[in-house]
Amino acid sequence: MPTDADEKAAASAAATQTTQRAQQRFWRSIEDLVDAAHPAPMRSSMLSIDIPLHGRREFMKLMAASLALTGASGCSRPPLEKIVPYVHGPAQSSYGKPVFFASAVARDGYGTGVLVETNMGRPTKIEGNPSHPASLGATDIFAQASVLELWDPDRSKVVRQANAISTWRSFLTALSERMRALKQRHGEGLCLLTESVTSPTLYAQLQTLLERLPKAHWHQYQALNRDAAYDGARFALGRSVETRYRLDRARIVVALDADFLDGLPGSVRYARDFVAARSLQSNSTLHRFYAVESTPSLTGAQADRRLALPARQVEDVARALAARLGLGVAVEASTSIPADWLDAAVADLVAQRGQCLVIVGERQPATVHALAHAINAMLGNVGSTVVYTAPVVASPINQLASVSTLGTAMRAGEVDSLLMIGGNPAYDAPADLDFVAALERVPFKVHLGLYDDETAARSDWHVPAAHALETWSDVRAFDGTISIQQPCIAPLYGGKSAHELLSALLGDAPDSAHDIVRAHWQAQRRADDFSAFWQQTLHQGLVADSAFSPIEVSLRRDLGAALAPPSARRGEIELIFCSDPTIGDGRYANNAWLQELPKPLTKLTWDNAALVAPALAQRLQLANEDVVELRLANRAVKAPVWITPGQPDHTVTVALGYGRSRAGSVGNAHGFNANALRTSTGFWFTGGVELVKTGQRYALASTQGHDTMAGRDIVRVLSREEAIACKDRGPGAKDTLFTLYRALPTSEYAWAMSIDLNACIGCGACTVACQAENNIPVVGKAEVRRGREMHWIRVDRYYQGAPGTPRTLFMPVPCMQCEHAPCEVVCPVEASVHDAQGINVQVYNRCVGTRFCSNNCPYKVRRFNFLQYAQDVPTLNAQRNPQVTVRMRGVMEKCNYCLQRITTARIAADKEDRRIRDGEVVTACQAVCPTGAIVFGDLNDAGSAVNQRKASPLDYALLAELNTRPRTTYLPKIIGAAREIDRSGRAGDAAPLARGCHG
Amino acid sequence: MAQVFSRRLSLLLRVLGLGAVAIIAAAAVAYRVTARTDAALLAPIEQPIPFSHKHHVGDDGIDCRYCHASVEVSAVAGIPPLSTCMTCHSQLFTDASVLAPVVDAYRTGRALRWNRVHALPDFVYFDHSIHIGKGVACVTCPGRVDRMPSTWRVVSLDMQWCLECHRAPDRYLRPRERVFDMDWQPQGDQLALGKELRERYHIRSTRELTDCSTCHR
Repeated sequence: MPTDADEKAAASAAATQTTQRAQQRFWRSIEDLVDAAHPAPMRSSMLSIDIPLHGRREFMKLMAASLALTGASGCSRPPLEKIVPYVHGPAQSSYGKPVFFASAVARDGYGTGVLVETNMGRPTKIEGNPSHPASLGATDIFAQASVLELWDPDRSKVVRQANAISTWRSFLTALSERMRALKQRHGEGLCLLTESVTSPTLYAQLQTLLERLPKAHWHQYQALNRDAAYDGARFALGRSVETRYRLDRARIVVALDADFLDGLPGSVRYARDFVAARSLQSNSTLHRFYAVESTPSLTGAQADRRLALPARQVEDVARALAARLGLGVAVEASTSIPADWLDAAVADLVAQRGQCLVIVGERQPATVHALAHAINAMLGNVGSTVVYTAPVVASPINQLASVSTLGTAMRAGEVDSLLMIGGNPAYDAPADLDFVAALERVPFKVHLGLYDDETAARSDWHVPAAHALETWSDVRAFDGTISIQQPCIAPLYGGKSAHELLSALLGDAPDSAHDIVRAHWQAQRRADDFSAFWQQTLHQGLVADSAFSPIEVSLRRDLGAALAPPSARRGEIELIFCSDPTIGDGRYANNAWLQELPKPLTKLTWDNAALVAPALAQRLQLANEDVVELRLANRAVKAPVWITPGQPDHTVTVALGYGRSRAGSVGNAHGFNANALRTSTGFWFTGGVELVKTGQRYALASTQGHDTMAGRDIVRVLSREEAIACKDRGPGAKDTLFTLYRALPTSEYAWAMSIDLNACIGCGACTVACQAENNIPVVGKAEVRRGREMHWIRVDRYYQGAPGTPRTLFMPVPCMQCEHAPCEVVCPVEASVHDAQGINVQVYNRCVGTRFCSNNCPYKVRRFNFLQYAQDVPTLNAQRNPQVTVRMRGVMEKCNYCLQRITTARIAADKEDRRIRDGEVVTACQAVCPTGAIVFGDLNDAGSAVNQRKASPLDYALLAELNTRPRTTYLPKIIGAAREIDRSGRAGDAAPLARGCHG
Repeated sequence: MAQVFSRRLSLLLRVLGLGAVAIIAAAAVAYRVTARTDAALLAPIEQPIPFSHKHHVGDDGIDCRYCHASVEVSAVAGIPPLSTCMTCHSQLFTDASVLAPVVDAYRTGRALRWNRVHALPDFVYFDHSIHIGKGVACVTCPGRVDRMPSTWRVVSLDMQWCLECHRAPDRYLRPRERVFDMDWQPQGDQLALGKELRERYHIRSTRELTDCSTCHR
């Protein structure tokens, strides 16, 4: 009988084996590692095909029906199509061409400037606004997906009173009656609940309301708020300020649980600055990046030195850093922070005074933010890498306190009328508030929202909100820049904006949102040339010079003494909450593009999971998809486990936003509701969670195990020294292997792409942009589990090193456009052919769906319409790009370098008898990429950007040994610190490297 | 007992059976080839008003671009907004009963619904502007509309027909300034002119013009 000691020994031997194997090669998932050790039979779920038929009767019924349909459609001529021209044509003469409008979309209140492409009046695609500081031409995934949100058939379409259909007019009547009584009481009993307000017009309206009704209360709450950042600033600097970072000036960056590449306001801009400062080209101003993380993030994946610690220990790091730098701060004695990490960080920070930067994330408490302010001030970073400005949120109160006050007042029966403008507090308010029960005590509850959601269902009145692309408004970006949001289409369902609702509340003459916003700005400007200003602002997409200018702040002297003493709580498992990487706090839950976009690190789709470290999983004997009960005090939630390399031990991370009951047909019943465990005392993280194995299993749809390119030279990794040495050697001779393929036809153009893996941060914006541009359907969780996701560009994620502390690498993989394309030779109907421009085109009308091409594709980038995925829903049809064919069932599809964009540019150039200029064709993935990782262009143009990239000796082709000669090539990932500050032979954390450069 | 079906009868039955299947299949294919979403060839199409290209183009000499305003800049030539009709018809034939639907539509803002005469499958992307820009005349595809009292389709518009020109554009090209001319005839040898224009307008090689990606995407 095996003893405990035997088992332990066996387990530790297995762990060592796993670790050794991991260090030797790249791996993509825990299963990947384990599978190699114990070759299991092919995973059955991949092979089984569930035909939803139950017996002979159903089969016959279906066959009869389809036969009848075939007969019916075969005997009659299709009806004539109709053409419906305008009655009065629009001002533009470019009938049939897309028109772009400058506007802005907001994420958690912070705006990003965008250009909205409209086709015949229908918004179809979002591009970044190159002149907007938060965008510079790029966007995040949420801005890309906002166009689907606009057309979402599940959006709230009617005013509802007690869940019965009503009208805006009856609502106005009810409201004005209510307001008459409220006015007499000077607003006593009236409460407004908004999310963070960054709109100057809305703020002015709220101020007017509070002036007229002085006893009314305005509360704010959103699940992803910035309380700690503002509180920390108030504590350390004495006032609410916005902290802006200048990554372009920083040489050393220390991030304390700060996901500034993906989570912080302005992250799209930060990502650009960060990557520009890290590139080989720009003499790499950013030398070393230290990150402490409580849960793996895209930012941590870029760190030179990453430290995974439970969230509560990040404060210890901040204190230790501050103490080492000579700030009189009490330090937790029994801290377990690795000394070498701390020594290195402190040495680097001191050496780069005035050019270093400490960033803190929203998850960390105010104390950590205050410490960072002190450290940055002490190192002379303020004014250089750290810029303080007025707060972007108009009234940066503590939202948690605000919503708690509201909850208390509601329960005490002091709230007589509650207006909830946006937000979904019934779903995402802290669990201990019991907001739902409190709501029942309020006699008159109004909810304005995009969806008939959890809060709408519990309100007396629900008013459908106008989408950001349907209404006028204004919004501030992370640096204070104001954009006017202009509508690109009339409200589809008569939705109302917050401005219109407040105007109705104020009892003003019924104004349109346009008049309200314009009047606000007219009052601000008082200039004679307002009309010109207005036109110019709308055209540019931003109010010129509206960014906040830096302000002077002074750090409180007694900071060290004023801080609460450090607390020691160890040895228990910590529960950490995070914004879901693709659906945020749940507001995007009904967005199918975002649901199906694999989460950057876990590659999960359609669900959240309890993320645990491999070590914890081993101790608790947990496997992926095991359902555990997360118990916290008297609350409990069941969640499937996902083992996540890089997760700190003793922690469980759960993403918010799932477990929705009234999100809509897409978002309902996916995942679990982490808000049930989120209380006002443990808002971002809390100790003392228990994981209890239930024995149940829950199927998760991860794209991780699919499309494996196991054990080969896929993501090439070079150290900075190697890369520079390789560059200095100059281009080597590229191998030309013997081939039996026919020579390619040639033309004036030879299109090609280069993807810089050193710039890719893995955010997935390219995938969503491609989906929007190319009418790519969504397949749903069950189909994703069968490996049938349709994304034309996927972002592969690889791990390297030990499972507990791996290096994370990303690789976007579109179709490689092989010159010797293996897919072409096997197609029996020549549906996969080369055109003279070098594009491997897929001819949908020839394709008969043999799928031979996909079988023969070494990159697995071809996607097959196994079912009729492209739904025929009027609003979804309206979103589709009219320049791209909507594919039907049984047809293969894949990336074609945005052929429609090439053709458009080509026709424009041909009409002018000139060549297409470099940079004139920008693919959707290239345009959206925040870091410029993707460059596309013409190989026949000697000076083109893509030729410059490919001239680098570091340029390499994926699976070059197959001699497919891809037109899409890669530049390697470069790791490790720059040479000049790499003192005393400290070798960074360079790992065994893959193959070097050519020659 | 002798066999009921002799070998010869059995063979005959088989041949007949196969023949029937073949005929049905051929008929089905023939029908699928001819079934289209647009109007039948050479058949005048009923429209909400009896609009006559013959009258507007042939008799009045109105240029194509007066109504099809985006033909030089956009993929689509554009069906004119009713406001274009009313530029003249607010003054001319104001009381004509045939024009009543137009006037009503203009007044009420309810658009007219025309029947499509030329339709291409959704996976075909035809661009008017590049054809006009490279010397392919308006009459080449919709035909002599200046002789059509009501509009009908004169060419098959199937891929074979498109390729006839894409394979040998020399046969159809004319000087750019003549593309809107209904009556233009080549002076001398069309092939020689076509060859010259093909070079002058930098028209792509036949290989490129017949690439799938030229029209499909």
